[in-house]
Amino acid sequence: MKVTGRAVIFGDNINTDLIIPGRYLTLTDPHELARHAMEPIDPKFPQKAREGVVIIAGKNFGCGSSREQAPIALKHAGARCIIAKSFARIFYRNAINIGLPVLESRKASEKIGEGELLEIDLEEGVILNKDKNQVIHADKLPRLILEIIRDGGLISHLKRRRKDEV
Amino acid sequence: MNIVEKILAKSAGREEVKPNEVIEARVDVAMINDITGPLAIKAFKEIGVKRIWKNKRVISILDHQTPANSIRAAEIHKTMRNFAKEQETPHLYDIGHGGICHQVMVEKGHVKPGELIVGADSHTCTYGALGAFATGIGSTDMGAVLATGKIWLRVPSTIKINVTGKIREPTTPKDLTLYVIKKIKSDGAIYKAIEFTGPTIKEASVSGRMTLCNMAIEMGAKTGIISPDEKTLSYVKKRTHENFKTIISGPDAKYEREVRLNIDNLKPQIACPNSVDNVREVEEVEGVKIDQAFIGSCTNGRLEDLQLAAKILRKRRVKRGVRLLITPASQEVFLKALRSGLLEVFVKAGACVCNPTCGACFGGHLGLLAPGEVCISTSNRNFMGRMGSPDAKIYLASPATVAASSTTGEITDPRRVEEIR
Repeated sequence: MKVTGRAVIFGDNINTDLIIPGRYLTLTDPHELARHAMEPIDPKFPQKAREGVVIIAGKNFGCGSSREQAPIALKHAGARCIIAKSFARIFYRNAINIGLPVLESRKASEKIGEGELLEIDLEEGVILNKDKNQVIHADKLPRLILEIIRDGGLISHLKRRRKDEV
Repeated sequence: MNIVEKILAKSAGREEVKPNEVIEARVDVAMINDITGPLAIKAFKEIGVKRIWKNKRVISILDHQTPANSIRAAEIHKTMRNFAKEQETPHLYDIGHGGICHQVMVEKGHVKPGELIVGADSHTCTYGALGAFATGIGSTDMGAVLATGKIWLRVPSTIKINVTGKIREPTTPKDLTLYVIKKIKSDGAIYKAIEFTGPTIKEASVSGRMTLCNMAIEMGAKTGIISPDEKTLSYVKKRTHENFKTIISGPDAKYEREVRLNIDNLKPQIACPNSVDNVREVEEVEGVKIDQAFIGSCTNGRLEDLQLAAKILRKRRVKRGVRLLITPASQEVFLKALRSGLLEVFVKAGACVCNPTCGACFGGHLGLLAPGEVCISTSNRNFMGRMGSPDAKIYLASPATVAASSTTGEITDPRRVEEIR
């Protein structure tokens, strides 16, 4: 399972209010949410992300609220994967549950520059920087989490498992 | 085992669990609100199960966008009401009947020591004040809980925070909470639990303990928890007739690390923009001009908080050019504040008293900030853009500091106020 996209760089402690402010939480259409993704910190993010991007960030990405609208907004804006030094735990679960890949890597944010083209092998946890021809290793995801992501999220995963059992 | 491991072992039907193990746990109570509930309901329906796992164990609370401030919010509320009706859940706290979800959960006896509670809201960790293991989850996770009554969890390692020393008014449990966050930092407890112990915690009221556990999430923690004592039991027994098993940390309890704090000389604390762990002493930032002051939220909207604010506002007025917004945390708190004359004090002082809601705290409605404005708030997050414009600044402090500042129009150390000195 591979994803590709150009890097968009963010810093430490990117919280859920920066990802999607509270006043937009009544929006139910994921594409409408996506239009406001990262608005307070980078209003041009949805424009940049349209072609598909990989978010590279520092520590504690997604801290704050339990709002699942945060990973939903990022995914529908065009984020194909988030690589951070560490994630806040509710965001981490939420991202996996909606099928947005999340990888932990301490080195990625130091070695990858804005706009660089990345190819990520999710099974192996390997990040290939195509512009620099450089390989960075991230923490491998456990099998269950990979399966959930491959199925497109927890709900489709549960449905597939029920089908398989039948 | 410590209290966290004991509760999770019970929920997993096991004799023992260890940190980092992944368990499948039976949930005792699940809570949804109007911001996260509709997505959870959608997830539940997509799973394809007809009935929720236990209708009496699912609590629905309308609190974020209440009363509806837009047609979209009204639609969301309707979704919540229809779901409660269709699933015959007896516990729907609609507008006028509840208030802020975490306060309502505790007041209405839905939180009992030793239970595993999940809520589709990050501040669910508040219930640890009553010795429950309570944690916030997202909507899809909640959809699965509604369908199965189960959730997979990784058993967290636990940080023990032992606090000694006396909290002396006008310093409050909120100042202790901010001080703890200053020490642990906003990512210092990611994936971990925090157990609070020591004489200061023993002495603290249930209300103060709730403030402390409420902000465990601001350090990344899965939960904040306090082993129940007589104070906890007497509070809970007044709120529910249901049985529960009290669970406390055993003498063999293990911790990842122990942090010891003495707060005998703790001065009023304040979290400065734009991060909750950017904590300083109020006296260091005195004089910063403010436009809005807010007293409320699941962190500090309880009766004790309002009583303290009223001590300051009784003989003073809100400074011209400053707005003071006060939202009691629940209908019950509102009524008690009304009966004891606190609301009259607030209105006479020039405060705007709003209905119980999360509105201003999460920047949804009822008091958003314009670019360039400064707000001092008793709530829990001062993130950029949290309460309105990304160009506004938010300071977090105790009800005493916020009330004192509202009367001077600038950040003010509450120790300057004669009545509470």
